[in-house]
Amino acid sequence: MPIKVPFRSRTRSYPPDLWTKCPGCQEMLYEKQLEKNLRVCPECGHHFRLRVDARLAQLVDDGTFGERDAGLESVDPLGFVDQKPYPERLAAARTATGIRDAAIWGTGTVGQHRVAIVVMDFAFMGGSMGSVVGEKVTRAAEAALAERIPLIAVSSSGGARMQEGTLALMQLAKTCAALGRLSDAGIPYLSLMTDPTTGGVFASFAALGDVNLAEPGALIGFAGARVSAGTIAETLPDGFQRAEFLAAHGFVDLVVPRAELRDTMAGLLSYLAPRPMARSIEGNGSGDALLTRPQAGSLAGSLAPRPREVVHG
Amino acid sequence: MADATALAGAGPAVDGDRVPDASETLDEQARTEVWSRVQQARSVKRPHTLEILAAMATDVVELHGDRLFGDDPAIVGGFCRIEGRAVVFVGHQKGAEVEQNVARNFGMPHAEGYRKAMRLFRLAERLGLPVVTFVDTPGAYPGAASEERGVAEAIARSIQVMSGLRTPIVSVITGEGGSGGALAICVGDVVLALENAIYSVITPEGCASILWRTPDKARQAAVAMRLTALEQQQLGVIDGVIAEPRQGADAAPEETAIRLREAIVAQLAQLSAWDVDELLAQRYQRYRRMGAFVETTPISTPRPERHGITDRLRDLLGSSRGVLIGESGPLRPKAADDVDEPPLREDL
Repeated sequence: MPIKVPFRSRTRSYPPDLWTKCPGCQEMLYEKQLEKNLRVCPECGHHFRLRVDARLAQLVDDGTFGERDAGLESVDPLGFVDQKPYPERLAAARTATGIRDAAIWGTGTVGQHRVAIVVMDFAFMGGSMGSVVGEKVTRAAEAALAERIPLIAVSSSGGARMQEGTLALMQLAKTCAALGRLSDAGIPYLSLMTDPTTGGVFASFAALGDVNLAEPGALIGFAGARVSAGTIAETLPDGFQRAEFLAAHGFVDLVVPRAELRDTMAGLLSYLAPRPMARSIEGNGSGDALLTRPQAGSLAGSLAPRPREVVHG
Repeated sequence: MADATALAGAGPAVDGDRVPDASETLDEQARTEVWSRVQQARSVKRPHTLEILAAMATDVVELHGDRLFGDDPAIVGGFCRIEGRAVVFVGHQKGAEVEQNVARNFGMPHAEGYRKAMRLFRLAERLGLPVVTFVDTPGAYPGAASEERGVAEAIARSIQVMSGLRTPIVSVITGEGGSGGALAICVGDVVLALENAIYSVITPEGCASILWRTPDKARQAAVAMRLTALEQQQLGVIDGVIAEPRQGADAAPEETAIRLREAIVAQLAQLSAWDVDELLAQRYQRYRRMGAFVETTPISTPRPERHGITDRLRDLLGSSRGVLIGESGPLRPKAADDVDEPPLREDL
């Protein structure tokens, strides 16, 4: 039973642990209810940012996720000092977030489709992509290629990590090159952009999905408002870099509310899951591929006739 | 190769070792020196792609348009012959005078610029011609038109196309190597830079305004980012530095172009001897090993939890009970934490 304390002032009556103010509609939301609603405001549908563990719990089938390369840690290649040395910033971020860098990758199943999945966490230094994030995305792509399973990337990032200089920039090249190999081998890649996906992450792996999904209202853009204002003195109109804007301009396939994400992804995977004959020689058939093969006579079927049975092994 | 210093065919891997620390001993002198290079890299008097080609190549034919939207004046491309060897060139283009520079959009491409570049890369692949790119941009255009037409997608796609292009690519940073807008046409088998060129993940001003919260610290940011050509070579991001004439590239554009030609021709000769599959494998590895990190054994760090007071109390009680009752697990009080409905605010 809640206890009535008559002596407290009204301003202190919302303990921050229990209540969260929605930036969308200013409504005070009860944490437990917010949690239950996948951290989406029940009043206005505002999607709060998700920590990496919550995201994985929502997308990946229970108990199937296994993290890989958990021991990767950033170092300080430049000896970078701004107002604080970079190693101090890293240490502070590790303590505050409980994770080692801004991305986690592993394998698991989504709607029973085995996938390699990499998820970013904005809470760790603004989700910035340094060497570790780039390496994890690349390893996830390489594992997807080796195992011939789809790749899913969930982005949430302010861009490249300035403290690693051009080595951070090179992660754009590294990840795009790895995705190129994946694409050449006919392995599908699903990109989910969440709030925010900007700068070097948007200008590399996040933009390159075979299917691009986005959460409603997510900020997705190349240059931040400050950069635009500072460089060319142009202010971008409201709602300009939102998921819906990207969808209207043809860079996002679907804007999907959080509650429907897992089902939407599972549905897409049933089409995307690599088929044994899809442009590669050493494919190892999976059961799912049999279920989703196009019927003979369909366009894809007539262009590239495929055997109707798969020999496992 | 007369003036290219230490041109390793593939740059050294950066494997977590710190290069000698400069920022800790930085002083005003270092800032001044680095900043003068930034200013030289940005100088409008510096030769840009078309001027360089006019001095070092013959039969230059510029091609236009991305076949999708328009023709971006900030990126030029086409055919030319360098010492008789036919190549496809692509480069950023700034103007030498204010008016031209406005017309060229200060070398800041839109999406259609990168899509034109991709079109020419693919053409080169089909024709079996090597590609030479000239990089000199503050960055891709960060405005509304750029966002609408998907400049980020164009950059990502261009990087991907280059990384898998079945023909040799030599990239030269001739001035400003500004972030993704530069990298989009700089994914070469070999990446060279002129002595006073810079390469950075963000402009020094942008870096300063984010990390120092004022653009006035741009000089400091420039030092911290190690953006000069020589430092980039130490990091292994670029493979070789081409010395500029004593007066600088802006004062001696002809001589600069000749030095560029020597370096490019030498690289093209080497690369064209490679089998194309081997070339692609090497190119993949060149970018694959970029990055600085260590691999430690993972220790599970406890995640800080943001729980309410009831949860904290339960955890506290639960952990001590766990010790007392062993494996059977903590006894959970059935009360408050199983209530889903929020307490009435008036009651709190």
